[in-house]
Amino acid sequence: MARSVTNQRKTINTIAAWAVGLLIFFPILWTILTSFKTEGQAIADPPVWFFFDWTLENYAVVQERSDYMRYLWNSIIIAGGSTVLGVIIAIPAAWSMAFVPSKRTKDILLWMLSTKMLPAVGVLYPIYLLFIKLGLLDSRFGLVIVLMLINLPIIVWMLYTYFREIPGEILEAARMDGATLKEEILYVLTPMAVPGIASTLLLNVILAWNEAFWTLNLTAANAAPLTAFIASYSSPEGLFYAKLSAASVMAIAPILILGWFSQKQLVRGLTFGAVK
Amino acid sequence: MATQQSRSAARLMMAPAVILLLGWMLVPLTMTLYFSFKTYLPLRGGDLGWAGFENYTRFVSSSSFWPAVQTTLVIVVGVLIITVCLGILLAILLDQPMWGQGIVRILVIAPFFVMPTVSALVWKNMFMDPTNGLLAHLWRFFGAEPVQWLSQASMPSLIMIVSWQWLPFATLILLTAIQSLDSEQLEAAEMDGAPVIKRFWYIILPHLGRAITIVILIQTIFLLAIFAEIFVTTGGAFGTRTLSYLIFQRVLESQNVGLGSAGGVYAIILANIVAAFLMRIVGKNLDA
Amino acid sequence: MNTHVRALMGACALGALATASMGETLTIATVNNGDMIRMQGLTDDFSEKTGHEVEWVTLEENVLRQRVTTDISTKGGAFDIMTIGMYETPIWGANGWLVPLDDLSEEYDVGDILPAMAGGLSHDGTLYAAPFYGESSMIMYRTDLMEKAGLEMPDAPTWDFIREAAAAMTDRDADINGICLRGKAGWGEGGAFITAMSNSFGARWFDMDWNAQFDTQPWKDTLEFFVGMMNESGPAGYATNGFNENLSLFQQGKCGMWIDATVAASFVTNPNESEVADSVGFALAPDNGLGKRSNWLWAWALAIPAGTQKEAAAKEFIEWATSKDYIALVAENEGWANVPPGARTSLYENPNYMEVPFAKMTLDSILTADPNNSTVEPSPYVGVQFAAIPEFAGIATEVSQEFSAVYAGQQTVDEALAKAQDITNEAMEAAGYR
Repeated sequence: MARSVTNQRKTINTIAAWAVGLLIFFPILWTILTSFKTEGQAIADPPVWFFFDWTLENYAVVQERSDYMRYLWNSIIIAGGSTVLGVIIAIPAAWSMAFVPSKRTKDILLWMLSTKMLPAVGVLYPIYLLFIKLGLLDSRFGLVIVLMLINLPIIVWMLYTYFREIPGEILEAARMDGATLKEEILYVLTPMAVPGIASTLLLNVILAWNEAFWTLNLTAANAAPLTAFIASYSSPEGLFYAKLSAASVMAIAPILILGWFSQKQLVRGLTFGAVK
Repeated sequence: MATQQSRSAARLMMAPAVILLLGWMLVPLTMTLYFSFKTYLPLRGGDLGWAGFENYTRFVSSSSFWPAVQTTLVIVVGVLIITVCLGILLAILLDQPMWGQGIVRILVIAPFFVMPTVSALVWKNMFMDPTNGLLAHLWRFFGAEPVQWLSQASMPSLIMIVSWQWLPFATLILLTAIQSLDSEQLEAAEMDGAPVIKRFWYIILPHLGRAITIVILIQTIFLLAIFAEIFVTTGGAFGTRTLSYLIFQRVLESQNVGLGSAGGVYAIILANIVAAFLMRIVGKNLDA
Repeated sequence: MNTHVRALMGACALGALATASMGETLTIATVNNGDMIRMQGLTDDFSEKTGHEVEWVTLEENVLRQRVTTDISTKGGAFDIMTIGMYETPIWGANGWLVPLDDLSEEYDVGDILPAMAGGLSHDGTLYAAPFYGESSMIMYRTDLMEKAGLEMPDAPTWDFIREAAAAMTDRDADINGICLRGKAGWGEGGAFITAMSNSFGARWFDMDWNAQFDTQPWKDTLEFFVGMMNESGPAGYATNGFNENLSLFQQGKCGMWIDATVAASFVTNPNESEVADSVGFALAPDNGLGKRSNWLWAWALAIPAGTQKEAAAKEFIEWATSKDYIALVAENEGWANVPPGARTSLYENPNYMEVPFAKMTLDSILTADPNNSTVEPSPYVGVQFAAIPEFAGIATEVSQEFSAVYAGQQTVDEALAKAQDITNEAMEAAGYR
């Protein structure tokens, strides 16, 4: 007899899960609601929930002050570019770790992760000086490189765990058929690893999108992404909850939407090798 | 079996990633080490000569050093405990059959997509503000005196904000792991009349072991470096100054790059102690 | 391409462009204060007149400081113009990091800049940054509540009167706090307020040998008075209140008095933003009869980093943004109450502007602040609410964090002062003063 799920139990689960889900989501929901209020309504006590005059005024004010599309475009290029570049560099490395492991493979992997532990602020001056020398200051290219390097260890690790789950026999069969290494990677391995690569891409786009130290400190006008956009709204004068909310929604909406559409992929793909 | 040829090919393929990361590690590390032995004050003309170990002794003998180390560890451990415990419970809950599972999952993972600056701003202003914040409204509604979150309960508030951001990540990984659990085993245990707690303790938890280590490893890496949350909410006041925030104050607010670099070296040492500790656990668990 | 064409067209149309320079694109870092946001909205006027385009990098104050300081000390060249304050200007000017503004045009009329502002933005007599707006601090109070309390605000009150009036105006049931003041950590926030206040209590940061002075009685008096008064009559959670938090409290009618930047006057009297716009009065910041008042002096100013390729265009922008014409432009578009205040003498000779209720008190406050002579006992530093040495920002931020912990009830005044003393002496030693 299979585990029978009574409707009663399902109802309880549903209520509990929805309650928890809404509680966790609430800060975001409240921000979205507030962004459509006037400044007065935004701080009203008792708070107003859904029945107020919805207004787009805050969005108009924010857009008038800063050209949202430019920041958005920079964010897309920087987050997307660094991730794609990172994956391209990581695939061969992860392949060789997964299929030609040596005694040092695990050490290399852990060493890679440890490079992420360098405190960013401690090296701001060295990196800044380096960027000036290389002429990379306030360039998207420079940020793509830095964010790629920051996320590379995570990318390599994720891909490594996915590749490892691919049975070696398939590769050997391909090799017997005379496939070269390049063909092996391109036509056999990559298609099988597509779900893994996809969730690697997703996670790292999110991480790169939200990175707020380097993106703020290495840019001025040309390459500034949404993290810099939000930095100009953090404490304006006077009442600002509604405008802050509007700016916040604009900064997180694109990645939130991407995340929602790919939710299934993330739930299945974020294993880091945790699932045998 | 790997041949000699494929071994050298493998090395070649690993080369770009390894070389890049080596560069990314060595260049800043060398420069940090170099600066840490210098009296380097940008506002006083930059490089003012060698300082020996003066920066190192000054950084640790400062009255802010040990409290900062402690704060760092409290935040990391606090957030890890909260996210792992709640993450396990949430993962189990989300794995149950229910209506609207997809939507609930979306709601739960949403905070992960919010950039740290935004989440800190929203929490600080719209929730934790003692006058206009929603929590203050709530407290007053029940006739209580609003809590001054960011000054009187600064560490719990900070840990809460950071946990809110990282709970989805923990939940996601743990949920993936739970979904891979052999349901027959669970059913057998249920048929045998094993109570819920026992089933959880002897079947679910051991199965989650690897996933939990991964969550701890990855979150620790990110939590050691949290910055935006502190910068926006308290600016390091009220006992929330972590080691990386202290370095920020030395480098950028006091404009003492030499001293800050020495702090950076200490932070690297601390991170490596934590890492070595973690690697031990993870290393065992990661072996296939 | 596009900008070039547009710029050339603009140039031809005007035909008045003496400098034959091509249209340049200037990158300007600025703070997200209301007057700067307004300036961004008016940039088109500048582009039309000169053919130069402007790219704005608008950041919150703390982020801006961190960003421009990194850039200038490494000679990064990311910005053509930086918005900096009275604290940074003399230090950077002394380092040779800024282009001297000693050749501004005749029409610009440098002599018209208020002497207090020009003095604070100069090093060795050379102007290094042009003030966009200047401020002091003063008391803003609710005339209706003052009347209700049966008191009358003198033009130049004492701290004792303020404390008494604050207690009388406080009405916790009606959510009215007698007085709102900055308690937020940060040298430019609570640190600035308590330092300016301490001047009137006879305290100073350093003695003539750069020894920290937190172990002296005047500092103890300052902090105890502040904490005592705020506990009696201040808002809950004042330990995290800065300028913005207090501004919204005052605008919502939750404060009887507020001692803060004079520029706030235009926000609290603006009926679109403030619920109490028609019942605000002004007075000089309080004193203690020791000869120093507790008002500060500050200016947000525009400066050009040395080494920029676009010096000429940058100067044109500065001349535009800090000119009399710009003030007239804002007055025309937004009314006289909203022009950037505190920078030019001629503004305070303009009868239209003197009709604005807070104009006179702003000028009087600015005139009573003297950065070169701010403390009762002699001190080795320049600056009212800061000491213009490179180390100050870092030290004062940490010290003000200790003070904020007192305001939050986490430590006593004596503990905080002892820590402040250590922090300051430690840092001064590290910097080689002692």
